[in-house]
Amino acid sequence: MSFWEFANPARFMRLSGRILPWLVALAVLSLGGGLIWGFFLTPDADQFGSTVKIIYIHVPSAFLAINIYFMMFVTSLIWLIRRHHVSALAAKAAAPIGAAMTLVALVTGALWGQPMWGTWWVWDPRLTSFLIMFVFYLGYLALWAAIEEPDKAADLTSILALVGSLFAVLSRYAVNFWNQGLHQGASLSMDAEENVSDVFWQPLVLSIIGFFALFLVLLLIGTRTEIRSRRLRAMLMQEAN
Amino acid sequence: MRALLLRDLRLALRSGGGAGLGLAFFLIVVMLIPFGIGPDTALLARVAPGVLWVAALLACLLSLDRLFQADAEDGSLDIIALSPLPLEGAVLIKALAHWMTTGLPLIVAAPVLGITLNLPSGGYGWLIASLAAGTPALSALGAFAASLTVGLRRGGLLLSLLVLPLYIPTLIFGARCASVAANGQDALPAFLILAGLSLGTLALAPFAAAAALRSQLR
Repeated sequence: MSFWEFANPARFMRLSGRILPWLVALAVLSLGGGLIWGFFLTPDADQFGSTVKIIYIHVPSAFLAINIYFMMFVTSLIWLIRRHHVSALAAKAAAPIGAAMTLVALVTGALWGQPMWGTWWVWDPRLTSFLIMFVFYLGYLALWAAIEEPDKAADLTSILALVGSLFAVLSRYAVNFWNQGLHQGASLSMDAEENVSDVFWQPLVLSIIGFFALFLVLLLIGTRTEIRSRRLRAMLMQEAN
Repeated sequence: MRALLLRDLRLALRSGGGAGLGLAFFLIVVMLIPFGIGPDTALLARVAPGVLWVAALLACLLSLDRLFQADAEDGSLDIIALSPLPLEGAVLIKALAHWMTTGLPLIVAAPVLGITLNLPSGGYGWLIASLAAGTPALSALGAFAASLTVGLRRGGLLLSLLVLPLYIPTLIFGARCASVAANGQDALPAFLILAGLSLGTLALAPFAAAAALRSQLR
């Protein structure tokens, strides 16, 4: 059995219908657990006070915002090469979630930045490239909304996603030249000597898992809705003929 | 190829083509800046390279939505697609024609407007050089965005939403090149990155645009 068999919409619907309840349970448990643990059961940090707790929303949403963009890149590529409809529809369903995550990361960052940096917004490379990514999401969504023919829309948005990813990465490095950063380095990484201390990162990892499960739930629901509306459209067209 | 280039140039230059509009728009945007931020010459000199670059970028936008739209409406786009010239080549030629009618006049006008903004004397050479290196990339990216929005109602509005984020890297290095030179520092590194970016864009954008056009014509 090859991986590509999941590209069959009927098969995808069966399988996704079966795993969806489990994913919902996972999302509720890990998200609820991570956030409650993080908000109520961890101490305040030395220099930051209780503002540190926004990390449990800020870091997972920023993490997802980037990864959803990458996922759209991959699914768009699959659509252009192998023309599996599920792939194109998954990219379409992912975009609004990604845009929302980017917005959440920007807003929570601003809320944290006000007391800590003394300003809501600075034109720092990380902040700026997130804003740029948000604009890319908006353009992608607008292009989907503007084209009526489904296959043409999938083609054009996929090409836009490919070119857009290239330029999002370019912009990410270009802004480094243009301003120095105020944002701290990565909060979690495998190879760093010093991460955020243990009390903080355990609930953080749990809430990242929770956000990720939440994304998968929303993605599956969104994709299933797209497939159903595509079927509905086909049925209506048949009836009209 | 030459026939297509000449045809596009002729269409743009005759009346109703709107080749002069971009230039007039450039002039007006630059003229509005002192009204917005006040006539302080030191401040104007500081922002001049950035203002000129942003204004050039916006002026490039104006004529982009007509790049493929008119050809798609009267059917000549189908003929171009059927001709032995590869579609990638046709896109490149049309982008070149757009650059010659929009980008080139901007490069000529920019130093004159630089004087009105009190741009320091060191900046002029690098301003012209950076615009000359950067504006072809703007036209090529514009051709890509125009190919995505052919045949859409209100395509022009969508086009600006799609293309402006793509302009960011070019803008950063272009404006940086001019402003670094205006401060009397070495602008060569920024210029080289800009030129590399521009060449890469010119090489790749026609392929993306041609792929989008093929999907449009299918």
